[in-house]
Amino acid sequence: MKIAVCVKEVPDPGPNRRIDPGTKRMDRSGDRSLNQYDLHAVEQALRLKEAEGDGEVVLISMGTSRALDSIRKGLGMGADRAVLVSDDAAAGSDLVATATVLAAALQAESPDLVLFGQQATDGDGAVLWAAVADKLRMPVVSQISELEVGGGQATAKRQTEFGYDTIRAPLPAVLAVADSLNEPRYPSLKGIMGAKKKPQEVKSLADVGVDAGDAGEAGSRTTVIGLYPPPSRGETIKIEDDGSGAQKIFDFLLERKLV
Amino acid sequence: MSTLVFLEHHGSSIQRGALGVLAKAAQLDPDVAGVLIGSGVREIAADAGRFGAKKVFVADDPALDAPLPQPRVDVLGKLVQDQGFDTVLFGASVLAADVAGGLAARLGAGLNWDLSDLEVGDGGLVGKRSALGDTVLADVGWSADPKLGLIRAGSFDPAETGGEAAVEEIGVELEDFSSKAEMVEQAHAEQVGPSIEEAEILVTGGRGLGSPENFSILEELASVLGGAVASTRAVVDSGWYPYPTQVGQTGKVVSPKLYLGAGVSGAIQHKVGMQTSQTIVAINKDPNAPIFEFSDMGIVGDLNEIVPKLTELVKERKA
Repeated sequence: MKIAVCVKEVPDPGPNRRIDPGTKRMDRSGDRSLNQYDLHAVEQALRLKEAEGDGEVVLISMGTSRALDSIRKGLGMGADRAVLVSDDAAAGSDLVATATVLAAALQAESPDLVLFGQQATDGDGAVLWAAVADKLRMPVVSQISELEVGGGQATAKRQTEFGYDTIRAPLPAVLAVADSLNEPRYPSLKGIMGAKKKPQEVKSLADVGVDAGDAGEAGSRTTVIGLYPPPSRGETIKIEDDGSGAQKIFDFLLERKLV
Repeated sequence: MSTLVFLEHHGSSIQRGALGVLAKAAQLDPDVAGVLIGSGVREIAADAGRFGAKKVFVADDPALDAPLPQPRVDVLGKLVQDQGFDTVLFGASVLAADVAGGLAARLGAGLNWDLSDLEVGDGGLVGKRSALGDTVLADVGWSADPKLGLIRAGSFDPAETGGEAAVEEIGVELEDFSSKAEMVEQAHAEQVGPSIEEAEILVTGGRGLGSPENFSILEELASVLGGAVASTRAVVDSGWYPYPTQVGQTGKVVSPKLYLGAGVSGAIQHKVGMQTSQTIVAINKDPNAPIFEFSDMGIVGDLNEIVPKLTELVKERKA
């Protein structure tokens, strides 16, 4: 079974993340890493491959040319190879432009299964898989908390606002997994060393057969008009517990008449 | 502006989130239309009129019974093209996100998500959203029609106008791949005990509790405070606590007077379900947990020590 996992390099979560006020795009010059939610998709792919005792796990990504630095973490965990679509003309892609590029890269691989993580920590969207599935004309199941794959089909438990659904789909299919599905393994030292030697292909838009007009800003249909600081929630107090933490919460609740 | 609102329904009622979006859309576009897609949904079309829709398109077909996204993309894609809608709005949900994402690809349309407000400016429709864990606000727009928008849960309240909607049945033609995913067993939300949505005080446990047994110390605290215990997706998926207590994107949206999170990191999916709580208190041993960024009071420490002590303090006061 060939499993493609869509992964993304994101700016490290934390106070240093920013949107560049000039370009109104995410500033990707600071510390970066593989989107933490994607690690669960990589882990699931590796477990499926190990259970079957055969197959291939391919990481598919779109990003800056330096994104391979982050993607290598997935190779260190055990994925077999990586394909990164990187092209100046793809910068600033919105949902539809991104889906067009990823679907083209995925089509070239003809995977049996396409896995996504729950969302990206930079865009906070949870919609890309559905767009990619539509482009690939494959069934899609999202928000998966339990997954079984076998006999040419996937059976997934999906969590919605109403509880857990069980949904079955024949392969090939696009599946988006929740971070509760598994605990991602840490790459071993041997894995990290071996990752450097694994095949890592960087492709241009032309290589995957996407017209430059269908990617990047030219292929996007959404815009960012302006950026503002959020309204303050008022003062936030953060205290290191020195044994008086409970008392401090109690005093605070008293002050607000909550006890 | 010609606006269509996706009226998600569950059983025989239209979702509150969808009705809220409908109310907002009716302010921006008095001729707003809604669409109901499902099996046996004809009967609830009148509800859409009462909540502000001037027209309701109904796609009623047994093949649309299960709440799966792709058949809905087929129906919406054709309807938007045939009727020339320039704006399509969704109240955020698991189903709506998948429908909106698929529809964006189908129509080559722009989709903005997590919108907390909409307004019409000189340059047309503008969406308001927060980004990067709500550390920045953005005005977002669309460079082409149709414009698709997913609205953050709880942004707008439904408004009962008492109007009547014209109902138009539409045909259902499904793509071959759209019916491949099938529902084996559909969730039936069970209500156990009092709803966490009604509690004025919520003590919420997350993965940081370390084990399901530790919920007992939260139950004791909730009991002396006169509140209820809530949970996060991580602990529900792990089977530590029942699903009806889950707060967040795929759980309940709550707005208590006091939200006290113990071992809750405050990931964005959880935050969208509790950010309107009046007072937020957090206990977490990780000083970098995002919840500290939006807590009124945060203690970096061991909840196993702090929670029982706090319970004792509250007990003493009440005694």
